[in-house]
Amino acid sequence: MLREDALRAIYPRLKEQIVVTIMGAVAVELYNLGHRPNFFYLEHGMGLASSMGLGLALSLPERPVTVLDGDASLLMNLGTLSTMARYRPPNLTHIIFDNESLLSVGGFPSATTTGTDLAGVARESGIRHVTRADTVEAVEEAYAAAAERPALSVIHSKVEAVGPPSFAMDIGLLENRFEFARHLRGGQP
Amino acid sequence: MPVSSVNSQIIYDALKDAGVSIISALPETWLVHLVGMADADPEVTLVRLNKEEEGVGISAGAHLAGRKSAMLMQNHGLLTSVNGIVSLAQLYRIPLLMLVSYRGEMGERDPWQTEGGLVTERVLDALGIMYRKMSDPALAARDIRQAQTLAESSLRPVALLLTRELMWEE
Repeated sequence: MLREDALRAIYPRLKEQIVVTIMGAVAVELYNLGHRPNFFYLEHGMGLASSMGLGLALSLPERPVTVLDGDASLLMNLGTLSTMARYRPPNLTHIIFDNESLLSVGGFPSATTTGTDLAGVARESGIRHVTRADTVEAVEEAYAAAAERPALSVIHSKVEAVGPPSFAMDIGLLENRFEFARHLRGGQP
Repeated sequence: MPVSSVNSQIIYDALKDAGVSIISALPETWLVHLVGMADADPEVTLVRLNKEEEGVGISAGAHLAGRKSAMLMQNHGLLTSVNGIVSLAQLYRIPLLMLVSYRGEMGERDPWQTEGGLVTERVLDALGIMYRKMSDPALAARDIRQAQTLAESSLRPVALLLTRELMWEE
């Protein structure tokens, strides 16, 4: 499965969510599907997209929040799964696209190639709703279920280590940040 | 335990007065009362972390959503948070109100804290983070208010170093 195809399948639902992505291919692919003021692309701070998502979900309990994470980013901050499990905000969905690679920096194999099962880590961290979804249809179904479920959900998807031809995005980091904050605050800066 | 509960209360009340409603923390001896107060306070969301750097993400999410937050950590937690501070908070102009227990300074008896004490202020200087050492409880409320004001106006991290004089009674 291509991550881009999975993203396209869930884009109609993502449009309605507060979304935080990691850097690199995920950010570009979502951006190319159509930028929205409720999308934030964390272009550095590796590992912290999920922590940001947790902070957003706890701060805005009435708004659904989705984090688009990757295997290497999550492996850099595995404790985040335990922290999420501890507070289990019902409005948070954490999608892990696992391409078994640090793709953006040249395709080095991540530790999910040598046996680390991130769905298993999430489950054993105490997260109850963990779904493996390795086809476009399965991702669409799992994300629809997560969006309807008033509970913290994790979706773990194996994807091909293929990214966009260019990582260029026509939006500045701070432009994205201020637009996102203004949107969340209902028009206030 | 000779951690000052009186001064911890002064600090906590000042955080509340400043409008802080999310506090992230990793337990540390000097912070025990502060963490307990946040835990017992229904108006405050306490996020117990596994590693201090997660708190940068929590505070970033809170800020963008319009809520005021604070981070409670030891100075070694500051050291472990440096990448998040630089490549999330500073890159994206996120204010952080960091209350940092200043271990390894004058009077420190634990040998394992001493290296952290040696580098804390120099690391803050290198990062361009404005900081103040808090030692007088009579000025604690002012210090917290001013630190938060600066963090919010500059959209940058600001650190308050909680010294032995403020936190420890013996």
